[in-house]
Amino acid sequence: MTVGLNHYLVVSALLFCLGLFGVLARRNLLVIYMSLELMLNAANLALVAFSRFNNNLNGQVMVFFVITVAAAEVAVGLALIVALYRKRQTAHIEDLTSLKF
Amino acid sequence: MEAAHHVAENATKLQDIAWMVLFFPLICSLGTWFLTRKDRNLTAGFNIFGVVLSFILSFTLFAAYGGQSVECTPFHWLPIEGLDFRIGMHLDGITNLMLLVVTGVGSLVMIYSYSYMHEDKSFSRFFSTLSLFVFSMLGIVLADNLLMMFIFWELVGVSSYLLIGFWFQRPAAGDAAKKAFLCNRIGDFGFILGILLVWSAAGSLNFSELATKFHDNPALLGRFASLAGVLVFMGAMGKSAQFPLHVWLPDAMEGPTPVSALIHAATMVAAGVYMLCRVHFLLALPAAWPHALSFLSWFSAADIVAWIGGFTSLLAALMAVQQNDIKRILAYSTLSQLGYMVMAAGLGAPSGNPSAAMYHLVTHAFFKALLFLGAGSVIHACHHEQDIWKMGGLRFKLPVTFWTFVIGTAALAGVPSFSGFYSKDDILVTALEHNPVLFGVAVLVAALTTFYMFRLVIVTFFGKSRSEEAGHAHESPAPMRWVLIILAVPSWGLAWLPVGSFLTRQFVPGYHAHAGDILFGPFNHNPIAAIFGFGAVIFGFSAAVSCYWNAKTDPLPAKLGVWSRAMRNRFYFDEIYEAIFVPLHDLVSRIAGWFDEWIISGLGVRGISGTVEIAGRALRVVQTGSLQTYTLLFAVGIVFVAWLVIK
Repeated sequence: MTVGLNHYLVVSALLFCLGLFGVLARRNLLVIYMSLELMLNAANLALVAFSRFNNNLNGQVMVFFVITVAAAEVAVGLALIVALYRKRQTAHIEDLTSLKF
Repeated sequence: MEAAHHVAENATKLQDIAWMVLFFPLICSLGTWFLTRKDRNLTAGFNIFGVVLSFILSFTLFAAYGGQSVECTPFHWLPIEGLDFRIGMHLDGITNLMLLVVTGVGSLVMIYSYSYMHEDKSFSRFFSTLSLFVFSMLGIVLADNLLMMFIFWELVGVSSYLLIGFWFQRPAAGDAAKKAFLCNRIGDFGFILGILLVWSAAGSLNFSELATKFHDNPALLGRFASLAGVLVFMGAMGKSAQFPLHVWLPDAMEGPTPVSALIHAATMVAAGVYMLCRVHFLLALPAAWPHALSFLSWFSAADIVAWIGGFTSLLAALMAVQQNDIKRILAYSTLSQLGYMVMAAGLGAPSGNPSAAMYHLVTHAFFKALLFLGAGSVIHACHHEQDIWKMGGLRFKLPVTFWTFVIGTAALAGVPSFSGFYSKDDILVTALEHNPVLFGVAVLVAALTTFYMFRLVIVTFFGKSRSEEAGHAHESPAPMRWVLIILAVPSWGLAWLPVGSFLTRQFVPGYHAHAGDILFGPFNHNPIAAIFGFGAVIFGFSAAVSCYWNAKTDPLPAKLGVWSRAMRNRFYFDEIYEAIFVPLHDLVSRIAGWFDEWIISGLGVRGISGTVEIAGRALRVVQTGSLQTYTLLFAVGIVFVAWLVIK
């Protein structure tokens, strides 16, 4: 059995769904954050697979951009979470409801 | 050639001083508010000076033009498609004469007021409003089109309102002012409808243009001819207090007496008659009614005007017979005389000559102003006592007032050689020529007029004084006395000037008075009318003397019983109106209130706000504030869109 494009895409979709489930179901901000990264990497995987099977580098260039932006985003996001934790002594989203009416 | 050109140029400039005649009183009125309010003498001097200046300029105009018809430079106020509405002035004999009457009586009343109102706290407000009134009245007189006349018509309404309610601290004065204003509103509503009707048919509101148009094509208004006439007459009905809107005028006597003299006797109430004479061509149109009103097809507009005038004059004369308040008697007599003039206008209009109405207007302005100011002098002397049965014996204590009052009474009653006789005779002749029934009414009214006026004179000035106040009465100060004397001159002698034939010439060009028309003219010219008129005076006078000479109380209630009570209570018109219109008005207000509360406010305003609020509450449930719910919905949405795209 040769590994084709569809296999990569299925793995990518599963990873994405896993990430989405994590974002929706988990209550800890850090875990939600990790799930988000998982979704990003699922997209990266799909992009690399397309790049490989279409014989051009566009997808891989795109992936580098995504990784760069994700790194920056992680830096900002984690900083926010740390700041929030210091302020509230919690990272659970049930406790962070002061903007709800 | 050069000189003639020069003169012509001068002539075109001269008539524009009418603008100054008009605006001096306004300048005084405003100037009083902004400059001289603090100082009584300055205020009085300023306002009297302004009106006297207007009088002098009016006199110049009269001397320069007389009966000639000229146009002043107009001011184009509102040039719109199909109507160039301008503030323009038209000077002819009637206007010139009216200018003299308004500014002349106005100046005298102002001089009189200087003494009469001297103790009043709101002295300056009085003078300022009086000047405003003179300005508005001059605007009516000078207007060359209906819309401008209407604007000033409303302005006199406002100044009348302000002056009736001058002593607004007294509830009666405030109520009377409101009553006058509301009655006038009803009339003016008809007036503006009539103006619109005329404009829609003729496309012009200028008096001389309208006269030409209706002369060329009497069917211009089609089936609306009589309706337009009656609607325009409604304006006069309100302003000149004709039945059924007559109820406001007697109450208007709550204002200061000089106001009653100037506004509610001499000038403003006569504006209706003046307006009828201005639009007499409209009344002259043959009867034509829309189908809905075809039951009126026997009457033309002029007939309705004449009958209402005659009815009002009879009604008011009967009411006057049993009044005991000196000013009210004069008020009802004003009503009655206004009815006379309106009747004359209605009778004269079909033949294009309502000059009798104008003539009586002019003479009436002088002698009625004289009578009111005389009454003011009596009231002033008796410390604001107005009941004639509490006066008596005043002829020695107030000699000047007494003699001038008698002259005024003789003029109003129509004693030969006094001005009222000649103008009244003109009306009687007009009535005799056109309508024998109204002639009978007019003669009856003349007899009643003499009766109640001499009742007033005998009870007030003869006999013994019947109260403390009357016993200590003193003659009024000099300015008041002199004004009475000055007014007595035209009241007596106006008839010796050819005023009547001058006015007739305005309507019938080329008319010439008969020789010897001045003093005994009526007896030569139309003996029947003159003899009936004179007979009515003698009858009324002897009846008054036999009833009231040395009477301590009124003998009439015992003789007339119920009738006397009805007359004293003004035939219960106020009560009837209260019983009909007040509940009707309440009902309409209730319905309107209900509609406002439940339909507009309930269904409309609160309905819309309620819907929005409920929608808001419903939508708020969606906004959980939970980040993960949003994400879920977002994901579901994307899946849904993706499914749509892929499918």
